[in-house]
Amino acid sequence: MTDLDKIRNFSIVAHIDHGKSTLADRLIQETGTVKDRDMQAQLLDTMDIERERGITIKANTVRIDYAADDGQDYVLNLIDTPGHVDFAYEVSRSMRAVEGSLLVVDSSQGVEAQTLANVYHAMEADHEIVPILNKIDLPASDCDRVAEQIEDVIGIDASGAIQVSAKTGQGIRETLEAIVKELPAPVGDENAPLKAMLVDSWYDAYLGVIVLIRVINGRLKKGERIRMMSTDAVYPVDRVGVFRPQMEMIDSIGPGEIGFLTASIKQVRDTRVGDTITHEKKGCTEPLDGFKPAQPVVFCGLFPVDSAEFEDLRDAIEKLSLNDASFSSEMETSAALGFGFRCGFLGLLHLEVIRDRLEREYDIELITTAPSVIYHIHMKDGTMQELHNPADMPDLTMVDHLEEPRIKATILVPDEYLGDVLKLCQERRGIQEDLTYAGTRAMVVYDLPLNEVVFDFYDRLKSVTKGYASFDYTLTGYREDFLVKMSILVNDEPVDALSTMVHRDRAEMRGRAMVEKLKDLIPRHMFKIPIQAAIGGKVIARETLSAMRKDVTAKCYGGDASRKKKLLEKQKKGKKKMRQFGRVDIPQEAFISALKMDD
Amino acid sequence: MLLQNSWLVVLTEDWQNGGFGLYVHWPFCQSKCPYCDFNSHVAAEVDESRWVRAYLSEIERYGKQTQGRTLDSIFFGGGTPSLMAPETVDAILTKARETWNISNNIEISLEANPTSIEAGRFKGYRDAGVNRVSMGAQALNDADLKRLGRLHTAKEATQAFDIAKKNFDRVSFDLIYARQHQTADDWRKELSTALDLALDHLSLYQLTIEAGTAFGDRYDHGKLAGLPPDDTAADMYDITQEICEAAGLPAYEISNHARPGAESRHNLIYWQYGDYVGVGPGAHGRITVNGTKQATETYLMPNKWLTEVEENQTGESLRNFVPMVDQATEYLMMGLRLSSGINLDRYEKLNGAPIPSLKLTQMCDDGFLIRQGQNLLPTQSGRVLLNAVLRELLV
Ligand SMILES: Nc1nc2c(ncn2[C@@H]2O[C@H](COP(=O)(O)OP(=O)(O)OP(=O)(O)O)[C@@H](O)[C@H]2O)c(=O)[nH]1
Ligand SMILES: C[S@@+](CC[C@H](N)C(=O)[O-])C[C@H]1O[C@@H](n2cnc3c(N)ncnc32)[C@H](O)[C@@H]1O
Ligand code: SF4
Ligand SMILES: [Mg+2]
Repeated sequence: MTDLDKIRNFSIVAHIDHGKSTLADRLIQETGTVKDRDMQAQLLDTMDIERERGITIKANTVRIDYAADDGQDYVLNLIDTPGHVDFAYEVSRSMRAVEGSLLVVDSSQGVEAQTLANVYHAMEADHEIVPILNKIDLPASDCDRVAEQIEDVIGIDASGAIQVSAKTGQGIRETLEAIVKELPAPVGDENAPLKAMLVDSWYDAYLGVIVLIRVINGRLKKGERIRMMSTDAVYPVDRVGVFRPQMEMIDSIGPGEIGFLTASIKQVRDTRVGDTITHEKKGCTEPLDGFKPAQPVVFCGLFPVDSAEFEDLRDAIEKLSLNDASFSSEMETSAALGFGFRCGFLGLLHLEVIRDRLEREYDIELITTAPSVIYHIHMKDGTMQELHNPADMPDLTMVDHLEEPRIKATILVPDEYLGDVLKLCQERRGIQEDLTYAGTRAMVVYDLPLNEVVFDFYDRLKSVTKGYASFDYTLTGYREDFLVKMSILVNDEPVDALSTMVHRDRAEMRGRAMVEKLKDLIPRHMFKIPIQAAIGGKVIARETLSAMRKDVTAKCYGGDASRKKKLLEKQKKGKKKMRQFGRVDIPQEAFISALKMDD
Repeated sequence: MLLQNSWLVVLTEDWQNGGFGLYVHWPFCQSKCPYCDFNSHVAAEVDESRWVRAYLSEIERYGKQTQGRTLDSIFFGGGTPSLMAPETVDAILTKARETWNISNNIEISLEANPTSIEAGRFKGYRDAGVNRVSMGAQALNDADLKRLGRLHTAKEATQAFDIAKKNFDRVSFDLIYARQHQTADDWRKELSTALDLALDHLSLYQLTIEAGTAFGDRYDHGKLAGLPPDDTAADMYDITQEICEAAGLPAYEISNHARPGAESRHNLIYWQYGDYVGVGPGAHGRITVNGTKQATETYLMPNKWLTEVEENQTGESLRNFVPMVDQATEYLMMGLRLSSGINLDRYEKLNGAPIPSLKLTQMCDDGFLIRQGQNLLPTQSGRVLLNAVLRELLV
């Protein structure tokens, strides 16, 4: 049992790669939570995909004990959060479970778009913010400049910013002291009825559904029966524990504490993030505010390359969605690709992560179709339909008008690249809303259509600014525009999986870019192949892929017929990575790559 | 010719459609050419007497499995068989004669590198029984020969060719084209010169960049400059067909040209999917034993093969039974290399089912194959795209 005033709860937030997870490592290590020999870099990034890409995808909680300079023992609960904009939702809900944030800024880079976005989230959550200037070991580190920037751009006092190297461990002790001294202790009433926030939940193969909670009032003990206030479902609690970072069972958790419970809950779906948990009897009556659930914004079709693997794909998608409520799926049939799933994601990185996991953990080769956003189709009869898939576009004679989702995009960029960024945003049908300067960096705010951004905007932004721009966005609403469905015909057959919604004014350009790309992506065949982009019946762009001219083994090695057979086997395998449309084999990666614009 | 014990074997075994040959692999060369991925090695010293014993022992072993057969062809390939002493060749041929019947018009070929040293042995080979020589000329100008890592000049090659012609009625030579810095026009001229020199047979290979060779490495590092682009290489193939045909040496196989009747008998055994015994390091064989087709392979490394033969009385590293359907596939893959193509009845008998007629019709309609009665022939455009045609038919 810990006194409330000896508890500090905080999240570590920052722009992507500014060193959150590495800072968490040092805090864990300095407090002896994990023995040195068990330590490894980005200890909390446990998923294969996190380790491989060096990024955090899931927020992680750790409880550490800290003996402070004032001679008192404190319990610190830290939450390491992801930096990528796709997972912004993880950050904002984590913040709801804690009272303060360590705002990490890479002192060799400065304030970036997600730095800003995170500060706004922290302010919304009424957080106390401790600025941390990280990576001071780097020669390019410039703490004075970055501190000034924090004050100018963010408007918070950076005079007390702590200078840290999460790499060397410099400044870690000071960070721990600041956590104790500057962050508020949680408030709560041990004797009030139980009121706990359901922060997150996931599935564990051994323990079933694990529920991460933050207790506000009251105390939760092992063996008690709890009630989920949104559903009224009641469960007996099997286990109560904390993360250190591995699970450690304890008897109870009280106000101000963060921990987990298990309660023979079968599916993650039975839990609602943001829900209020109380005792079955004598529970509290007023639930917490709750959070808005994360909504998928990008949709695409996932189809097995080998149509015989459809059932495997169904199982795999079911298992993955058990653990990821922000990933949605429903069955889809495509004329060209057969059976598959229409899946919704938080963004393109999220899409890539899920696709990677399906391919690797479940060994299913996938075709990913053109990503799309959700359009609103207003019918002549006054009804509105959501369009998740261009292939489902209804008969135009029945359609009154279309609306598309818009975003507010914030981009921070060094002055010298500003022109390129404005040009890019303009090309993408953006409307400039704001342009301010902080030193030599410009901050531009644009109103942009999501469909122009979702796909390759970030890649393009990185390439035109040599990686010096940062980007963040939030959805703002829907607006009418002149949108049309563009179809692609390969060898005179429409390939529905390549259909996209485009703005009429951009259609020719996109159409041309797509057919040119496809011409490079589709291997030459024995015959020539026309590739066309069309709107309705009208062809707006056309390329011809010429026939291959030579594919033969010149010399024959004596009687070595098996060598030729091996070649044929290899070609068979190559063919498995393609999908046949009429007589044309289209490689699986073509469906996504065709959409990327290089210029 | 009827086999002596023909009542013992099923009257017609499939291999009889292709004939029966012996391949002898000599794995040594004076130096390794940078493009070559044949099983060839440079050795400081070769104890030829040990090698002779090993070849004879292998021939004897295979002879027991193919008793009563009649040889249509013997081929000394390499490596550089023209580095063998004529006595070695003689011993091997004598052993072959003791082991099998010999067809009246047997073809006995030997691959020769066109240097003066080797030309000196030609008479010895003739005396041993060799009646056909295939020479690796590769290019007809010195700059290109040097780039190909060849040890001879163009002049030496023509001189060697002249000596060969004095000793043998049948002399062929090999050229490699689509070389670095070669234009279609260069090749047209070179080929015309070659045709002026040629007797009745030419092997014309497009340069293939093979993994694991010096050219392969350079290519991977972007350091093999001036290779003609694919379209130019395709043009060169077309030019080759056109010029050779006009000169009366049409292609009878993808890369082989001959005056009708002067085709290499040995090559035809492979492509008509006959039986062949393979002796020497890395040699492949296909032999029908007790009515079943066997694929044989031997140890690749020369010394390994030699000691295996000496110590275990066999150089074989692998022997697989070839199921009928695989025989069908091999027959199709080999047979469609020939301008004369394959026989569909023979294919169906092996495969147990015909080629799906839809695929066949498609390939014929597209102009890649022609059906003449029960024969299926590749057209010229079918031959340049043979791998693709096979993919369509087999995958
Ligand atoms: N030189 C130096 N490198 C650091 C420091 N802190 C972190 N890094 C490096 O910066 C990179 C990103 O570090 P992470 O800790 O994964 O960053 P993150 O903020 O957790 O990244 P995301 O979770 O993907 O948003 C890694 O290569 C770290 O090794 C530091 O103080 N000095
Ligand atoms: C076994 S090799 C030749 C034997 C002999 N040692 C010689 O070099 O003359 C048979 C022929 O294959 C051809 N050849 C070898 N490697 C080749 C390659 N990478 N591309 C094209 N032809 C090749 C050459 O024309 C060569 O003459
Ligand atoms: S091309 Fe002929 S000489 Fe050159 S390495 Fe190959 S086998 Fe030997
Ligand atoms: Mg991280």
